[in-house]
Amino acid sequence: MTTISIRKYASENGALAGLIILALVIAIMQPAFLNAQNLLNVGVQAAVIAIMAFGMTFVVVAGGIDLSVGSIAALAAMVGALTAGPLGLVVGALCGLVNGALISYGKLPPFIATLAMLSVARGLTLVFSEGQPHETDALVTFLGSNLAPMVPLPLLLMLAFFGLTGLILTRTNLGRRMYAIGGNEEAAKLSGIDVRNQKLWIYALSGLFAAAAGLVLAGRLGSAGPQAAAGYELDAIAAVVIGGASLSGGVGRATGTLVGALVLAVLRNGLNLLQVPPFWQQVVIGAVIALAALLDSLRRR
Amino acid sequence: MNALITARGITKHFGATKALDGVDLDINAGEVHVLLGENGAGKSTLVKVLAGIHSHDAGTIEGHASLAVIHQELALVPELTVAENLFLNRLPRRFGFVDRAEMRRRAPELLDRVGLHVDPNAKVKDLGIAQQQMIEIARALDKNAGVLILDEPTAVLTDTETDRLLEIMAQLRHNGVGLVFITHHLDEIQRIADRITILRDGKSVGVLGPRATTQHMIELMVGRPIDEQYPRARQRPGQPLLSISGLTKRGVFRDITIEVHAGEVVGIAGLVGAGRTEVARAAFGVDDYDHGTVEVDGKPLRRHDVQAAIKAGLGLVPEDRKGQGLVLTATVGENLELVTLDNRDRKRLSDIAGKLRIKGRVEQPVKELSGGNQQKVVIGKWLLADPKVLILDEPTRGVDVGAKVEIYELINRMTAQGRAVLLVSSDLPEVIGMSDRVVVMAHGRVAGELPRGATQDQVMALAVQEISA
Repeated sequence: MTTISIRKYASENGALAGLIILALVIAIMQPAFLNAQNLLNVGVQAAVIAIMAFGMTFVVVAGGIDLSVGSIAALAAMVGALTAGPLGLVVGALCGLVNGALISYGKLPPFIATLAMLSVARGLTLVFSEGQPHETDALVTFLGSNLAPMVPLPLLLMLAFFGLTGLILTRTNLGRRMYAIGGNEEAAKLSGIDVRNQKLWIYALSGLFAAAAGLVLAGRLGSAGPQAAAGYELDAIAAVVIGGASLSGGVGRATGTLVGALVLAVLRNGLNLLQVPPFWQQVVIGAVIALAALLDSLRRR
Repeated sequence: MNALITARGITKHFGATKALDGVDLDINAGEVHVLLGENGAGKSTLVKVLAGIHSHDAGTIEGHASLAVIHQELALVPELTVAENLFLNRLPRRFGFVDRAEMRRRAPELLDRVGLHVDPNAKVKDLGIAQQQMIEIARALDKNAGVLILDEPTAVLTDTETDRLLEIMAQLRHNGVGLVFITHHLDEIQRIADRITILRDGKSVGVLGPRATTQHMIELMVGRPIDEQYPRARQRPGQPLLSISGLTKRGVFRDITIEVHAGEVVGIAGLVGAGRTEVARAAFGVDDYDHGTVEVDGKPLRRHDVQAAIKAGLGLVPEDRKGQGLVLTATVGENLELVTLDNRDRKRLSDIAGKLRIKGRVEQPVKELSGGNQQKVVIGKWLLADPKVLILDEPTRGVDVGAKVEIYELINRMTAQGRAVLLVSSDLPEVIGMSDRVVVMAHGRVAGELPRGATQDQVMALAVQEISA
């Protein structure tokens, strides 16, 4: 490999290098990290954020942001628990469609539209649940269970959504259009791309993915809580950004987001194993997000 | 001659590429020294080395004059006032606070020096681009710059604004300032240059005097003889492919009727603000209009519908390449297939890239290409869509001479295939030289139409005429 291609490889996989270094450091300080059961746990813990972050990747690549994914996840899980799981997915996609409509046709900035949805979806969750957690049915509980010993379904679902995201981003017209819209919306419009219509589907996808993440979370816990997944939207955004996507749009990949979600999960797990107090964990996680973004910005110069 | 800055043997590498290779340059007091060369020839690098933004690997720079650079992208704060921008970074202060009175007192005299009469309290964003440029020049003068470097200042100016700028440059020259002037417009060079240094591939390939011919300059610049600057090959016009009739948008343009036939190039000339770009955008469906019709090959287009326009066989290369034409975060290939995502064809894509002689691989980020090659990508994306009519809005703005001729050849090839081209351009020699007919617009109306062979004076006479409403 020539120097240029090594450098290109490193710059495209900075997050992966970071993940490997992070895992090595934790493994050295606490060998129990490498225990198979623990590694599976990390994967399961990463799954919910990762699935949510895959949906967020579409939105961020297209130059937007979706603050409502945590609330949509909770609403979808609650609807799923009160009625049936698939209905939760429908509700999630519908919430995303409303986001898309507000942004495309109402011309609201994505930040504002999805901030409103963050509040509405959470509120509806509280209304439907009357403030109480509700048990999930067998189907949803199955989503959070082990398919066989050492084969947790959330982990498999995460990989399935990863594949789906990569497929959508690189092999579909919708995906290619996301990059065009996020890279230069005006140029996309002048090239005949129906930007408004595409945004509807992009936000609907994000809502759908968030709903799926909410169902997986509820399945793991065996119940849907009114305050479930609160604040998860920030973790999802962090995963996307750590993965190298640009919040100004046009840049981002499924692999990056997967690595970003794993970085967050490995970090949380490692800090627990190292018995870092939970209050300090927040500080460390924040610092890592800043560091990742900083490295990325240095790399681009 | 009084040399303010003497640079000898300047050499600069970026990685493995030699951006500058032993360049000599003298900047004398009271002289306009033009730097001429294709994009990528090393002009900007040389300016940055002189300004101390880049270091140089070899060579010497001697001189003591302070130096100011006016870059093409203006360095003004749009939300601040004219006066605040003039004194940005060294605002006069009193008791630790900004001394507004002092600022208001000193601003007019500075503005006077560049002949700009605007309210110092106006916000910069409310001024035209030419006025903004004057503010930058005034700011540079306040720093008592002995050397002023202007990097393609006229690329964004109208002809009258350019005249004004050249006058001010002549005035500064008279006052003993040393000027370095970068431009692609050869007629401007003939009007103001005292000396011309021509760069090619990082080397200085010649220093010419003020009476150098255009032909000589171009040949040195591209390194080979160029037969004709505007190689228009006319075709016998066929059936009408684009018919704009009675197109009206209140307050913007009125009763515009233009017909372009198969094999024909129709130019739209006029001053900036005459409504040319607005008509092009409305015809293509980007913006809505009030009355009138647009037909492509006899079929009326639904208004305000870009998709319908493209489906009918219309294409638009917009005036702002980076802002409207390209997705800069994407690769050459991704940009090329932007219009034709629904039926992608890898083979045709690389065919087109090859035919257009786009320097750069299909996988290369498009932002790494020169202006000329970027423009070829924007045109290429439309060629892939196989349009019947292509509207080109300022297709050669900021494009070097070599690439310009290639774009003209493309226009010839399109019309030879029976397509029609509507060419909107502020470059008078270009719009006259490449069009079979020139429609001149003024104040949102069609002021008249001129046959091939019209003179610049005839076009200008129509462009400046007052039209009673």
